[in-house]
Amino acid sequence: MDKMLTLTCPCCNVTAEETEFHAGGEAHLKRFGPGSSDDEFESYLFTRKNPKGVHFERWRHNNGCGKWFHVARCTTSLEVFASYPAQTYAPPEDILVHIDTRRPGWRAKT
Amino acid sequence: MSDPVTALNHLSSGDGIAHIAEIGPLGMITLRGDLRARAIQAAAISIGRVEFPEMRHCNSAGENGIAWMSPDELLVMCPYAEVGEALTKMNTTLAGQHALAVNVSDARAVFQVTGPYLREVLAKLAPVDLDPGVFTPGMFRRTRLAQVPAAFWMRDDQTAQIICFRSVAKYVFDLLCMAAQPGSEVNHF
Repeated sequence: MDKMLTLTCPCCNVTAEETEFHAGGEAHLKRFGPGSSDDEFESYLFTRKNPKGVHFERWRHNNGCGKWFHVARCTTSLEVFASYPAQTYAPPEDILVHIDTRRPGWRAKT
Repeated sequence: MSDPVTALNHLSSGDGIAHIAEIGPLGMITLRGDLRARAIQAAAISIGRVEFPEMRHCNSAGENGIAWMSPDELLVMCPYAEVGEALTKMNTTLAGQHALAVNVSDARAVFQVTGPYLREVLAKLAPVDLDPGVFTPGMFRRTRLAQVPAAFWMRDDQTAQIICFRSVAKYVFDLLCMAAQPGSEVNHF
């Protein structure tokens, strides 16, 4: 198991430990702005999944190429399943299938 | 016209396991745009006077060179005295393109670290695998040195060139000196 969180940037293919990057919080949030209910707005602003296990996150390669990207990782083991481009609303299917093999049954828990 | 002054007035240190020197001033132009576009490549090559670099590489010859900074950014290098003219020429080549060229020469500081232990000096400061089989001369890396952003490449086995923001020049110089302090050889590589 890795002793540090090691990420690969899909924009410049650099692999480095987390200190070259900056965490950007949970990925694939849907924005609720003007016209939404108070509950939706509160949930958009403050309510995060914070799971013990599989998590999808936004990261920025702030000390490198400067680009934003996505990471699928495990919050307990620091295992990184994949990183993928920022230009998507949901994780790619092949990454979900890969996580199925690494964490069977994970979808039921999220 | 006033003479250009580098951040540290060419401060150097040769006491430790590597020689550290501030060099410059060096002409540096940030060029952003679609790196596959022929006009952008032509603009970079006409000033950098080297082959267009691969991803994460820097081709350099003397004071000229082109460094790959990100999927849409290059650093084009030339002699300091020529940078004004170079920028004008570049903007002519780029006319009509969605691109941006800016002279950043005075906003950066440049260092050279030389000697057989330069890989160890850098490895103490940056989260980069500096194994000779992994990081080879010509490769370019944007990363951090301790707490500040920096970029470096190896001109050859014994010479690394580092670029950082001018405002942190002294910090970077002190870091390099500390990482190269006498007796600090790790003999890892």
